[in-house]
Amino acid sequence: MKTRPMMLALAVAAAIAAPAAMAEGSTADGIAQYRAMLAEGNPAELWELAGEDIWKEKAGPKQASLEQCDLGKGPGVVKGASAALPRYFKDTDRVQDLESRLMTCMQTLQGISPDNFVKGKWGKGEMEKMEQIVAYVVGQSRDMKINVDMSSPQMKKMYALGKKAFFYRAGPMDFACSTCHGEDGKRIRLQDLPNLTKHEGAAAGWGSWPAYRVSNGQFWTMQHRLNDCYRQQRFPEPIYGSDVTIALSVYMAKTANGGTVMTPGIKR
Amino acid sequence: MGNPMRIRAAASDGVTEVKVLMNHEMETGQRKDSSGNLIPAHFITELNAKHGDKVVLQAEFGPSVSKNPFLSFKFKGGAKGEKVVISWVDNKGDSRSDEATIG
Amino acid sequence: MNKYLMIAPLALGIHLATAADDMTAEFKQMMDGSFESSGIADKHRLYQLDFQAVCSSDRMPSAERLKAIEAEQMKTIRWPSDGKYTGDWKSGEKIAISGRGLTWSDKADTTNGGGCYNCHQLSHTEISYGTIGPSLLNYGKLRGNSEEMVKYTWGKIWNAKAYSACSNMPRNGDAEILTEAQIKDVMAYLFDPESPVNKP
Repeated sequence: MKTRPMMLALAVAAAIAAPAAMAEGSTADGIAQYRAMLAEGNPAELWELAGEDIWKEKAGPKQASLEQCDLGKGPGVVKGASAALPRYFKDTDRVQDLESRLMTCMQTLQGISPDNFVKGKWGKGEMEKMEQIVAYVVGQSRDMKINVDMSSPQMKKMYALGKKAFFYRAGPMDFACSTCHGEDGKRIRLQDLPNLTKHEGAAAGWGSWPAYRVSNGQFWTMQHRLNDCYRQQRFPEPIYGSDVTIALSVYMAKTANGGTVMTPGIKR
Repeated sequence: MGNPMRIRAAASDGVTEVKVLMNHEMETGQRKDSSGNLIPAHFITELNAKHGDKVVLQAEFGPSVSKNPFLSFKFKGGAKGEKVVISWVDNKGDSRSDEATIG
Repeated sequence: MNKYLMIAPLALGIHLATAADDMTAEFKQMMDGSFESSGIADKHRLYQLDFQAVCSSDRMPSAERLKAIEAEQMKTIRWPSDGKYTGDWKSGEKIAISGRGLTWSDKADTTNGGGCYNCHQLSHTEISYGTIGPSLLNYGKLRGNSEEMVKYTWGKIWNAKAYSACSNMPRNGDAEILTEAQIKDVMAYLFDPESPVNKP
């Protein structure tokens, strides 16, 4: 028996080539159907698989693995860790998101310099490994509740700073995060935009990144997602793991608290 | 040798459903890089699935299949604990074979 | 107290340091330390114009502030040098579709697009449109081409903030996103009876 596999691409073409006269509702239905088909085979799993191996491998000048890395739940605990990030860490006296915390672990445990990431390129070298580790870690919180601890003054301050950053308009196009993500039911082209100022939208947005992007076959971490938002806002480039990215993450995560972790997600 | 696949197989009521996620560039040979040079084609050409010694699926792939392809199919037979083996070959002669236990 | 603050905002930092001021200083420091120049996107883009700062809150500024900004922005509008408001709608359509330009991954010589379709419905045929701005379908057909309407539209494209201080829409002319010739083409796309905006 020789068969040609039923290709996703064909179904997608059919969904997009829907007649122009089609009502808006059914365009959205078509997109939802396409998303459901994608979700069945999320290639982010390939990153998760690789990340799990890297987590346990000895690496860096100190030839150590990340198995003693403390993501907030104690050394080596990965299960549920990302659902509770960002959080305030006493040892660094900083609020950290997953990626900045991983940089700390790599530096202290393995001797890998943060420059590999701060000056690195997405999907290349150490950064590719970071992305794989991120996929593995966030997969270990799948289906759990988003649960960031806002009790410390440091987290409260980061939330306030993040909210301010969210509404901060600048650059040649006068855009802020809120320009696109401040109202319900808006789209850029056909792309639905979650309203990140409300629980429902924040849970959908924060809860589904990091994600695999079908359009370019890349896995994007939250840092990468935020970086590209600022690119499209026509801002200068946010530094990897910088405070503004963490403050915005706290703002989104707190607003999303109680929502469900759906990471790693899959996007168009 | 290519990168590992992710395979899941589950049997129920005498039918086994197999889901395969392949790790492959699936380069079409028609795209150009940032300096305008053609990126050489690199895609899976053939895939087959075996249950024991029996070939249960044989498929031709081509450049129109997406990067990191996902394939789902069902076959009659198969029981918990038995193995399913998936193999592919690409246009550069590279190949990969992985197995999964039916759950 | 409020009155005092309004009269002498400069004195605030020196004499009346409050928690809010600490927060502002800390915020500025955070932003300053978090971004770097990249490609054509220089770091100075981070620093706000007055109206951008006023419009950077989850609460709308007072009606008075809004009016003052609009009057200020109105002065920036440059009317067409040759008195002609419209160009070629076909090239206008390309400008409306293109969202290119001004990001750190664009080149300095990239021809900027207007990115109109990112936020607006415009033509009868293009179904991939955003909804952040209102639908502009049948723009000319519904509104006619009176001098008043044509001038308003030109001004709105040149600097939307002159009509609505905290509008989401970029200042296409004032911020030099589009050239005068490009704006004429977009105008034609909106008003020309033959344009797919007005003709099904």
